[in-house]
Amino acid sequence: MAASAANAARSNADDAETVEAGDVLSFTKEQELHAYREMLLIRRFEEKAGQLYGMGLIGGFCHLYIGQEAVVIGMQMAVEPGDQVITGYRDHGHMLACEMDPKGVMAELTGRRGGYSKGKGGSMHMFSVEKQFYGGHGIVGAQVSLGTGLAFANKYKKNGKVSLVYFGDGASNQGQVYESFNMAKLWHLPAVYVIENNKYGMGTSVERASSNTNLSQRGLSFDIPGEQVDGMDVRAVRAAGERAIAHARSGKGPYILEMVTYRYRGHSMSDPAKYRSKDEVQKMRETHDPIEQVRARILKNEQASEDELKAIDKEVRDIVNAAAEFASNDPEPDPSELWTDILR
Amino acid sequence: MPIEVLMPALSPTMEAGKLAKWLKNEGDSVKAGDVIAEIETDKATMEVEAVDEGVLGKILVADGSEDVKVNTPIALILAEGEDASALKGDASRSADASGSKAEEQAKAEAKADAKPAKAESAAANPPAPKALPEPDVPEGTEFVTTTVREALRDAMLEEMKRDERVFLMGEEVAEYQGAYKISQGLLEEFGAERVIDTPITEHGFAGVGVGAALAGLKPIVEFMTFNFAMQAIDQIINSAAKTLYMSGGQMGCSIVFRGPNGAAARVAAQHSQDYAAWYSNVPGLTVIAPYTAADAKGLLKAAIRDENTVIFLENEILYGQSFPVPKLDDYVVPIGKAKVARPGKDVTLVSWSIGMTYALKAAEELAKEGIEAEVIDLRTIRPMDTETIVESVKKTGRLVTVEEGWAQSGVGAEIAARMMEHAFDWLDAPVARVTGKDVPMPYAANLEKLALPSVAEVVEAAKAVCYRD
Ligand SMILES: Cc1ncc(C[n+]2csc(CCOP(=O)(O)OP(=O)(O)O)c2C)c(N)n1
Ligand SMILES: [Mg+2]
Repeated sequence: MAASAANAARSNADDAETVEAGDVLSFTKEQELHAYREMLLIRRFEEKAGQLYGMGLIGGFCHLYIGQEAVVIGMQMAVEPGDQVITGYRDHGHMLACEMDPKGVMAELTGRRGGYSKGKGGSMHMFSVEKQFYGGHGIVGAQVSLGTGLAFANKYKKNGKVSLVYFGDGASNQGQVYESFNMAKLWHLPAVYVIENNKYGMGTSVERASSNTNLSQRGLSFDIPGEQVDGMDVRAVRAAGERAIAHARSGKGPYILEMVTYRYRGHSMSDPAKYRSKDEVQKMRETHDPIEQVRARILKNEQASEDELKAIDKEVRDIVNAAAEFASNDPEPDPSELWTDILR
Repeated sequence: MPIEVLMPALSPTMEAGKLAKWLKNEGDSVKAGDVIAEIETDKATMEVEAVDEGVLGKILVADGSEDVKVNTPIALILAEGEDASALKGDASRSADASGSKAEEQAKAEAKADAKPAKAESAAANPPAPKALPEPDVPEGTEFVTTTVREALRDAMLEEMKRDERVFLMGEEVAEYQGAYKISQGLLEEFGAERVIDTPITEHGFAGVGVGAALAGLKPIVEFMTFNFAMQAIDQIINSAAKTLYMSGGQMGCSIVFRGPNGAAARVAAQHSQDYAAWYSNVPGLTVIAPYTAADAKGLLKAAIRDENTVIFLENEILYGQSFPVPKLDDYVVPIGKAKVARPGKDVTLVSWSIGMTYALKAAEELAKEGIEAEVIDLRTIRPMDTETIVESVKKTGRLVTVEEGWAQSGVGAEIAARMMEHAFDWLDAPVARVTGKDVPMPYAANLEKLALPSVAEVVEAAKAVCYRD
């Protein structure tokens, strides 16, 4: 599955520097525990969201991030404050990773007034100016041009910030992705394109949708360097993230990271996922789980005891339960909200 | 306290489902993530996972139970340390109660089969139009109850058998059997050369479809929903709709763009837009938006045969609704003809697609107050059958249009203008429009309801143009 140790996808283009196979630097105790807690928060949050969906408290589409936690957490360990994040509709993990309040996120999922969009946006459309999280977009591929625009603004303002643009393997086939790549390279925009290759776009495997399945090479004809990264290993993600972000921040232009990852659940809540075997999912969970990997390392290296990890589990569960509680009891938006926020 | 397992909601539009099969027995231990049962929705068979750990203490809803409402308790899980005796107390009482409640509900449903109980949204349980689906169906024709979903599939199946140039392409249409299961079985019937899964590249594959049509093939291009056709709208309008004209009549584009249009349920602003007015603005396009399964079938067949570019607007909420469809070898409904779905003399209500659910229910309400509404199902938005509306207005003198789309430059606005041009002397009141509210679709359940038209709004508008209150 996941590219064993961050495999550099090599570009022969003159301008695109060859990327060294990234070392998976080992984490300090603090980093391991941080990654463990943050990934676990996403996992428990998403499980709870799935539960609330089943109870009818969440409606519409709800796309869970379970399995992919290492990608966004690893990347957030590589950013500087003020760097922007933008993604598609599988966005709950990104919001939590940007330190948005789980209560506000969950309340948006249930369509309540305390949600980040006052209940008007729902699962796929949430934003936080404060946390530099630019959404939350329902149209596959649209965020790629938008994220390129964020990078454009960074360069224009000379603020030294980098824009992280997340999209899926399926989205990587949209035309505007390549229009954006071209402009980003042409204008040396500080963008890092993070392709979350979870092997499927809805029910279609990468092999059935992409003529070249090495998505890290999608920038070749624009001279954009790219690498394939084991997106199930949070350390590999962070290491690659640091390289890519440094490249973009230094004025060299965009960079592509293909995160090889996996989603455990169906595409959305209504997907019976008949296009893959249970075995495939089971194997991935048992042998590559991003959280279990960290947990095992922590215990092996005696960086924390079972009991200490249990305490983290409990803390995370409490946060998630409080979010669910809030999201279930917070009132719906006032009817007058129907007519607000259309223009300002 | 045993934990109740509730019938889960498994899709945006699911209100009830069939409990197909229990995969665990009473007494089995379960842990979080175990698949405990299979549930059939109208789209798929889904697995239910346990969220809690314990022992499956009691199954409350048996295998094969149909129409189990979301949130009905279906089983009890005994937590660690609890034994079956826990069921004798509270739990078994609440179990019995909920069990019999579910049964009662099921019975009530069965009785109400013909006459649906008043549902929360007008969209659920759509009323059937009173007139026969088409006047020229021969007498004695058998009618088969068919969902809109099946009717659309049947239309494509029949036309693909009839004409080898017809093929289907779009996202998830082949191996997944359609994101909304419209193309079920077509891959098996026609193979991967004629039922083609595309990457997520709407602008690209719409253009590929148009190019293939210019070369003489007859593509059916499915958009997973019409919201995503906005990625492709340049090819639809600049390349498909205008080429016949620009080539001086040499080169036409016979193609159908189809898929669900408008609001589904709780999918918010970017996934809930009605494009009827958009496409109906464009010369060179034909725009169809059926309501019943019979019209869905007959009009889709006509659309596929048509020599021009047809925009075929379906509705996700209607997919699972059933209507009688005439059992004929080749049932084709003419494009451009509206239909009187319910005759009346006091006020004319004009709608199409899901808007008909509001109009027909409003007509029932109005009848109770002695107002006989004539309901017209427009079926084709462009070319618009002005004559049928004018004929009705000559009789009633009053007109209300009903649509889920926005009011400004909407289809209702167009109808109102046409009535001024063609029926001014017969109008006894200004034309009234009931439309979606002038806002992007909100996600919150209460706001979404307010944003959509309602039966009450149609009733109110009808009374207003009748000067009744
Ligand atoms: C333009 C557009 N086309 C189609 C869809 C429907 N759709 C939503 S998600 C999705 C699959 C995307 O897959 P991928 O990019 O791999 O992301 P993942 O869901 O795997 O995270 C599709 C087809 C959409 N939302 N927007
Ligand atoms: Mg994917």
